[in-house]
Amino acid sequence: MEQVKKQKIKSSLNHKSNYAPFRKKITAKSIILVVTLIIVAIIQLYPLIWLVLVSFKDNTEIFGGNVLGLPKLWRISNYSSALISGNVGVYFLNSVIVTATTIVISSILIATSSYAITRMKWKYSKLTLIIFLLGMMVPIHSTLLPLFLILRKIHILNTYWSLIIPYVAFALPMGIFVMTSFLEGIPRELEEAACIDGCNIYQIFFKIVLPLLRPSLATVAIFTYLSSWNELMFANTFLNNPKLKTLPVGIMSMAGQHATQWGPILAGLVIATLPTILIYIPLSNQVQKSLMTGAVKG
Amino acid sequence: MDKVLKDKKAIFIFVFPALLIFFVAIILPIISSTYYSFLSWDGIGKATFVGLKNYVNLFVNNTDGFTKAVQNSFTLAILSVVIQLPLALLLALILARGVKGEGFFRTIYFIPVIMSTVVIGQLWMKIYHPDYGMLNSILENIGLGRYAHAWLADTKTALFAVFVPIIWQYIGYHMLLLYAGIKSVSPDIYEAAKIDGASEFKMATAITIPLIKPILQVCVVFAVTGSFKAFDLIYIITNGGPLHASEVPSTLMYNTIFNKYMYGYGSAMSTFIIVECLIFTLIMGKMFNAKKSKED
Repeated sequence: MEQVKKQKIKSSLNHKSNYAPFRKKITAKSIILVVTLIIVAIIQLYPLIWLVLVSFKDNTEIFGGNVLGLPKLWRISNYSSALISGNVGVYFLNSVIVTATTIVISSILIATSSYAITRMKWKYSKLTLIIFLLGMMVPIHSTLLPLFLILRKIHILNTYWSLIIPYVAFALPMGIFVMTSFLEGIPRELEEAACIDGCNIYQIFFKIVLPLLRPSLATVAIFTYLSSWNELMFANTFLNNPKLKTLPVGIMSMAGQHATQWGPILAGLVIATLPTILIYIPLSNQVQKSLMTGAVKG
Repeated sequence: MDKVLKDKKAIFIFVFPALLIFFVAIILPIISSTYYSFLSWDGIGKATFVGLKNYVNLFVNNTDGFTKAVQNSFTLAILSVVIQLPLALLLALILARGVKGEGFFRTIYFIPVIMSTVVIGQLWMKIYHPDYGMLNSILENIGLGRYAHAWLADTKTALFAVFVPIIWQYIGYHMLLLYAGIKSVSPDIYEAAKIDGASEFKMATAITIPLIKPILQVCVVFAVTGSFKAFDLIYIITNGGPLHASEVPSTLMYNTIFNKYMYGYGSAMSTFIIVECLIFTLIMGKMFNAKKSKED
């Protein structure tokens, strides 16, 4: 049932319209509706356009009254000063390292454990799945302080691992949810054939199953990317070393220190957002689906 | 095949690492957090067991304004349900109706959802800037300069000023959920209604909205529990200030733990947030289920 609901919702993003009972005629009403949509689109988008525009201005221009318009001169120097003296380059690299490692580790763990849960035969497979899925309800707040103390005890505060481990842990429930339901829909014949050919379990998993999992691995990876790239609370608490800060924390501290340097700060914000937008533009449907999976868990 | 699938060693290798990380970073912390909430502890000295005293202090003595913070989070929850969701529903209905550039609008509306809260927070701080911000510039340009304001520094406006970006950011998310729900309604139903001469408004209220109730429920649960847990944007934009005017439970919790080092007291706050979310989710589930069985 849940499966069906999810399928329906997913497929509804693809084909044009089966709702659309009112298409066709151009009427005054439909013009009003489109104008409404455009106004909302401007409201949703204008702050970002403003961000990009101001990121090219200098203080005299911003504080001299030209806040809203196009910059008189497109100052790329704001970007170089954000990257170099604002350390945004370092923060960017840290974010890439943390996010990439999180995605790789969580994808592997999600794939292996989902496979063992859905396909392999052992007593506690159901229970294990339930325990993982319960994790979807856990808010990160409640784990903040205990995690801080645990990480301090095992001496990995102020290392990349202090973020990677919690990020992986929080990626697991949703990922296992997506992956197990995907695995249920894959026929077992291929694996059986491989088994008859004498493959062992690891060969079956890595050579046969893993390549089949690619589409749902992509869903999971997008989800994990967004949550770790943007995460603030853990990153703000577990890292003090300015050399290790990720983009969200780094930019916050930069904005605190150079409060009057709008250009470079906003340039930093643009740099932090750019990868997300670059992923989003070609994959917008996929990204939207990936973020909806959490809601249709029923 | 069976023998291969019963390989104990392989099962262990496949599941154990994930389970270990999950246990250390989620299960263990949840249990410890609840335990800490019964302690009086500064994190360094000796912890003493104080029973429910922390919880009593939250509400009875109420020296640091926890009840005010809870009230604020309730205000946010109500605003989300009465402003954010109806707007999202309206947009979803218009979009699903089939306009040119459907996918384009959907893509645009969703952009704020995928952006970092730090970016959004900084952006809105600049928008609200008393001297050079976009909001005041616009007000002056359209001749309403007398309303220009230090939005975030005024205890009267700070709370609502900080709620606007939160509501703004997630409209697209709710819109998309509702849109997907509307799209999965069978078109035959509308055909029948059309033949009966039902107006568009009538169809939306009598057919579409009742049929997407399960998704509406999900949206309400998300909007409300999201408001109870709201942290990032408030922490970035005002950090609960000025004078606790925009404080919510999670910002108070963060500052209680990491600035005042009251670990037990702060944990009581975080436990309260979880319990509050859990109770609301259960009530919503009950309410909708009760209605469902009545209708059946």
